[in-house]
Amino acid sequence: MVLFTLILIFLYLLYVIKPIFESADVEPVNEISVQANGQILATGLDELKEVAYLIDSQGSMTFYQMSKSDFRDQGSEILSEQLVQGDIEQVIASDNGRLLIVDEQGQVQLITAKFTATYPQDSRDITPSIEYPLGEEVLPVDEQEGKVERLGFAMNEEKAVVVAYTEDNRLIKTTFVAEDDFNYDPEFEAVYQEIEFFGPTVDDIKVTPDLRMAFVRVGNSVSVYNLDDEFSVDKKAELNSIVPNGVDITATALLSGGSSILFGDSDGKVSQWFEVAGKSGREFKKIRSFTASKTEPVVEIHTEMFRKSFFTITPSGEMGIFYTTSDADLWHGNIAQKVPSALAIAPRADAIIFADQARLSLLKVDNQHPEVTWKALWQEVWYEGYPEPDYIWQSTGGVDDFESKFSLVPISFGTIKAAAYAMLFAMPLALSAAIYTAYFMPPGLRKKVKPTIELMEALPTVILGFLAGLWLAPLIEDYLPAIFLLLLTLPIATFLAAFAWYKLPKEMKVKLPEEWAPIILIPVLLVAGFLSFALSPILETVFFGGDIRQFITNDLGISFDQRNALVVGIAMGFAVVPTIFSMAEDAIFSVPKHLTSGSLALGATPWQTLIKVVLLTASPGIFSAVMMGLGRAVGETMIVLMATGNTPILDWSIFQGMRTLSANIAVEMPESEVGSSHYRILFLAAFVLFVFTFVFNTLAEFVRQRLREKYSSL
Amino acid sequence: MKDWFKTGSPWVWLSAGGVSLSLISVIGLLWLIASNGLSYFWPSQIHQFDVVDEHGKQSVVIGEIYDRESIPTVQLAHLDLGREIESETIERILVKTGNRELVSLDFRWILEPLITQRSLPEDVAVVERRSNGNFYGFIEKIVLDGKDVDSSKLDELLERVNEFQAQISELQKVDIGAINYQLERIRLKERKHILDGTLTEDVKADLVSQSDALKAEYQTLEKELLALRKEVSRDQIVMRAMGGETVAINFDQIIKVTFSNQLGVIGKFGVFIEQIYGFIFDDPREANTEGGVFPAIFGTVLMVLLMTVIVAPFGVIAAIYLHEYAGKNAFTKLLRIAVINLAGVPSIVYGVFGLGFFVYMVGGNLDRLFYPETLPSPTFGTPGVLWSAITLAILTLPVVIVSTEEGLARIPSSMRHGSLALGATKAETLWRIILPIASPAIMTGIILAIARAAGEVAPLMLVGVVKMAPTLPLDGNFPFLHLERKFMHLGFHIYDVGFQSPNVEAARPLVYATALLLVTIIVGLNMTAVNIRNKLREKYRALEH
Repeated sequence: MVLFTLILIFLYLLYVIKPIFESADVEPVNEISVQANGQILATGLDELKEVAYLIDSQGSMTFYQMSKSDFRDQGSEILSEQLVQGDIEQVIASDNGRLLIVDEQGQVQLITAKFTATYPQDSRDITPSIEYPLGEEVLPVDEQEGKVERLGFAMNEEKAVVVAYTEDNRLIKTTFVAEDDFNYDPEFEAVYQEIEFFGPTVDDIKVTPDLRMAFVRVGNSVSVYNLDDEFSVDKKAELNSIVPNGVDITATALLSGGSSILFGDSDGKVSQWFEVAGKSGREFKKIRSFTASKTEPVVEIHTEMFRKSFFTITPSGEMGIFYTTSDADLWHGNIAQKVPSALAIAPRADAIIFADQARLSLLKVDNQHPEVTWKALWQEVWYEGYPEPDYIWQSTGGVDDFESKFSLVPISFGTIKAAAYAMLFAMPLALSAAIYTAYFMPPGLRKKVKPTIELMEALPTVILGFLAGLWLAPLIEDYLPAIFLLLLTLPIATFLAAFAWYKLPKEMKVKLPEEWAPIILIPVLLVAGFLSFALSPILETVFFGGDIRQFITNDLGISFDQRNALVVGIAMGFAVVPTIFSMAEDAIFSVPKHLTSGSLALGATPWQTLIKVVLLTASPGIFSAVMMGLGRAVGETMIVLMATGNTPILDWSIFQGMRTLSANIAVEMPESEVGSSHYRILFLAAFVLFVFTFVFNTLAEFVRQRLREKYSSL
Repeated sequence: MKDWFKTGSPWVWLSAGGVSLSLISVIGLLWLIASNGLSYFWPSQIHQFDVVDEHGKQSVVIGEIYDRESIPTVQLAHLDLGREIESETIERILVKTGNRELVSLDFRWILEPLITQRSLPEDVAVVERRSNGNFYGFIEKIVLDGKDVDSSKLDELLERVNEFQAQISELQKVDIGAINYQLERIRLKERKHILDGTLTEDVKADLVSQSDALKAEYQTLEKELLALRKEVSRDQIVMRAMGGETVAINFDQIIKVTFSNQLGVIGKFGVFIEQIYGFIFDDPREANTEGGVFPAIFGTVLMVLLMTVIVAPFGVIAAIYLHEYAGKNAFTKLLRIAVINLAGVPSIVYGVFGLGFFVYMVGGNLDRLFYPETLPSPTFGTPGVLWSAITLAILTLPVVIVSTEEGLARIPSSMRHGSLALGATKAETLWRIILPIASPAIMTGIILAIARAAGEVAPLMLVGVVKMAPTLPLDGNFPFLHLERKFMHLGFHIYDVGFQSPNVEAARPLVYATALLLVTIIVGLNMTAVNIRNKLREKYRALEH
C-alpha cells in the first residue's frame, strides 16, 4: 500500500512530465484532389481543420471540405469566388491571417477567409465566406500605377502598410489608414511615400507586424528601414555578412511577434537575428543558427502565428521543424517529392496543409511543448530583446505575445539558497543542543527538555511563516545591527558565565551544579539579547549614519529586501532544528556506554571523550540527521512563501529574497492551465523536489540502519 | 584561564548555550503567539492625545495604542519638528483611530514629543460595525424612528436589532439557501432528462410546477426579509468623532458598543470572554479581516475527520502487516525505506499529485460518468474537501504506520506466546489480544496524524481550500454532506489574511488570534498523544517485569 502510493506518485508525476520532452511528430491525415486553374498560389485552413481553401493564379478562391462532416463529403467543393479579374501574381499572408492579393498590374486586394461554425441538429457545420476589409475593388500600390516586382505587407486594425519595389526600380511605402477600424469599416485613406533607394534589384521585402520596421534584402545584404516616422522612411541599419562567402541567402521569414528575422541559406542553415541593446545603442545580432539540411539549400521558411516555431522546406520536399528559443531541432522528414506550390500552417499550429498540382494534403503536427527542452530548462537562453543569454523564470507576462521563460535554474538556486541559510542557522544550534542533551544533561532534565524542543516540530509552518513575515522581518529591518551583534554577544556571554562559574567558590558550585548550565544560561542569554537590541539604535547612529538600510543600499551598493534570506534562514532554521536535534540526540544517546566509560577511565576529560569517541561513533547518525533536516528545508513551502518576496533571482546576498521550487508551485499552480507547458513544468518542479528529498531520505535511512547494526554488534 | 580551556568546560557551556537558546526560542515563540493572540480579545483603553504638529497646528487623536517603537533621531532629521530634541532616539506610537469614513487610514503614527496632553476620557465609546471597521467617538444622541431619545435606551435598542439580525441571517442562509439549492437541482434534473432523451411533457410540466412553487415561496420569504430589513434600519446613533465631526450610524450596522474606559477588570474580563466566544462562533466580516473564524474551524475539523476515516484503517493495516506478517527480508527493508520516504516527501508534492491525479484525473472522470448534466462546470473535477482529505490521508499515512508499529513492537512477546500456546490462531491472537492492547498506540498515531493535518497548508492550497467559502460543506440540504464543496481552513486563513488582505496592519491581531487557536489545538493534540504514549510505555514496562 505504502510502496504502491510512493510508486504511484512517482509514475504519475513522470506521466504528466513526459510530453514536454517528446519531439514533434508529423503524420499525414488525408488528401483530397482539387481542380485549380493555373498555378496554386496560396492555401489555408480553418481552426478546426475541417475546411481548406486554395487561391490560384487565375484569380479564383475555392473552399473544400477537408474532412467528412454530417453535411458534406470529404473533398466536396463548398464555395468558389472570383477575386480579381486578371491574373494573380502573388499572395502574401499577414501575421493576423489576412491575405494580400497582388495582381499583374501591381494592384492589390485584401481578403480574409472567414469560417463560421453553426450547430444545426447538434452537430457542427462550418461555413466559409470571404471578407474584404479594404473593400472589393483593387487598389493601386504605386501612386504612379506602375507594376511592382517585390512586395512586403503587414497590418493591424488601424493601418495596413505595403513596402514595394516597382518595375522602374523605386522603393515605395504605401499606407492605408483606416478611418475607424478595418474590422467593421472599410473606409480608409491612402498615403504614398517614396524611400531613398539605389539598386538594380530587390530580392525580398518583409514588414514587421507592429508596422515599425521593414527588411529589404538585396542579394546577401539586408537593409532595415524605420517605418515609424509618418513623413520620412530612413535606413536604420544594414546587415552584412549574414552568410559566409560562397553561400547565398535563399529564404527569409519573420518569427512570430516580428522581433526576429530568420535567414535560410544555400548551405542548408537557418540563422536567427534580432535587435539587442549593446554598447553603441541597439543593433542587430546573430543569435543562433540551425541546420535544416546538410546537402540542400533552404528554399522556404514558414513561421507559426503564435509560437516561435518555424518550418523549413528544401528542394527535394524535405521539411524540418524547429523552435528558436529552446534551440530545438524537432522533426525532419519528406512530405513531398518537390517544393509544394503552396503551404500553410493551421491557425492552432496542430497541422500543416500543402497544395501540389491537383492535390491538397493535410498533415497532423503533434508539437505540444516545443519551447521546453533540457537545454531551455537548465542552461542560459537568449530571449528576444535581452542583451545576453540568461537564466530567467517568468511564466506569465502582461502582453499578449509574451513569451514564457521557463528556466528552472533561478528557482532551484533559490531552493538551495534558502536551505543553505536555514542549515547555517539550524545546524550549530541543533547539534550543540543535541550533544549537550544527550551527553551532559542529567536524565531528569533531559526528560523535560527533549519533548519541549521536539514540540516545535509540531508547530504548523504556516505559523512560523506568518511570524517570520509579519513579526521577524520588520524586527530585523529595524534592529539589523542587533542581529549581527547577537552573533558576538551570545557566545561571549556564555563564555563569561562559564568563567564566572569556574571562579565560583566550591560551596556555591555544589549548590549550583554544572549540570544546570542550560538553566543558568537562560537569563544570561536573555540579558545579552536585550542588551544587543538596546545597543542597536546607538550602533546604527554611530557606525551607519543613523540608517543601516540606507548604508547598505547606498554605501555598500547591496540592495536590501525586507523579506530576505536572513529572515528565511532564521525562520526555516527553527523549523529544521527539532528534526536535526531529535535524530542527532538519539544517535549520540545510543552510543554504547562502555565506550565512554573506557575513555573516561583512561583519563580523558568528558569533552575529549565526546570529541574523540562519542561524536566519532555517532557521526553517521549525525550525518543522517543533517540529511533529514536538509530534506525538510528543501521541501518547505509556507515559510519561504511568506517570508520572502518570491523574486526568482540568482544572488547569494543575505539581504535579498529568493523563490524556491515549492513556493513557486504554490504560487503558480492554481492559475496554470491544465495540460499546458507551464502546468507540466510545475509538475517537473515537483518531481525534482520529490527526487531531491527521496535521495536525501533514502541516504539518511540507509546510513541509520547501518549504524543500528553497528551499535548492536558493539 | 588556560587550564580552564584545557578542561573543555567552555565548550560544554557553549553546547549548553545551544540548549538554552532552543528552549528560549520555543517558549518565546509560544509566548509571543499567546500574548499577541490573547491581547486581541482584551478590550484596550481608549486614549485621547492632544497633539501639536510641526506647523503648530493643534489636533486631537482618539484611539487605541497599537504599537510603539523608538527610532534614531537622525532618521527624522529631514522632518522639521519645530523644536530641538536632545535624546538619541524618539519614541513613536501607532494609534488605531478607526473612523474610516472620515480619514482614509485607520492608523496613525504620533511622535511622543509632539503630544502635549494625554487622557483617558470616560465616555468615549467604541462602536463595532459590520462594515467600515470600528468607530471611536462620543455618543451625541440616539434617534428612535426619527425622534431623539435618551441614550440609556441604547442597550435595549441594540438587543432588538440583534434579534432581528439573527432572524435575517437565518432567513437568508437556511430558508432562501435551501430554495436556491432546490431550484438548482431542478434545473440539473431537467438537463439530465434532456441529455438522456427522456424529457417528456409530463416530466417537464412536473418540474416546472415544482420550480414555480419554490419561486412563489421565495417571493414570500423575500418580502419577509425586506420587512425585517426595514425594521432593523429604523434607528440611528449620532456620534461625535475626534475632530468634532458628527456621524450618524444606522443601528443595522452596529454589532456592539463598548465603553472600554468605564470597564473595571471584571467588566473587561466579561468582554474578553464574549470576544473569544464571538471569534470562535461568528462568521468573518470585511474580507475575513474582522469577525470570527467559525467556517474555518468547521472546515478544518470536517476535513480532518474525513481524513481520519480514510487514513486510520489503511495505516493500521499497513502497520500490522509490516510488524506481524512481513518477513525480515529485503522487501520489508524496502518497505520501511518507502515509509520513511513517504514521510519525507515535501507536502507541496502531495498537493501537486492530489491536484493532477485526484482532482483532474479521478474527479474529471467521475464527472463525465455521473454528473454529465452539470458539465462543463465541474462537480468533483475541481478542488474540494474530499480530495483534500484524501491527499492529507496519504500525507499522514506514515505517521499512523510508524506510531502503530511502535505500539505493536512494545507489546511483550510473552502475551503473544501465551495466547498462541492456549491454542488461539494467529488471527485470533491479533484480533483479541494484540489490537486491544495496541489501541492506545493507534490512538496516538491518529492524534498525531490529526495534528499534522490540521497544520498543513501548502497542499491544501492546491486541492480545495479557498479564502471565502459561500456555504459550509455540511448543511440542511440533502445529501447534507457535500464532499465536492470547497472549504475554509485555519492555516490558510492565517496565510490569506496575513499576506493577501488589503489592510494587513489592521488584520494582524486577528491573524495572531487565529494562530493562537491553531497552535492551541495542535499543541494540545500533540501533548495528548505524547501523554498516551508515555503512559503506555510505562504500562508495558510493568508488564515485562
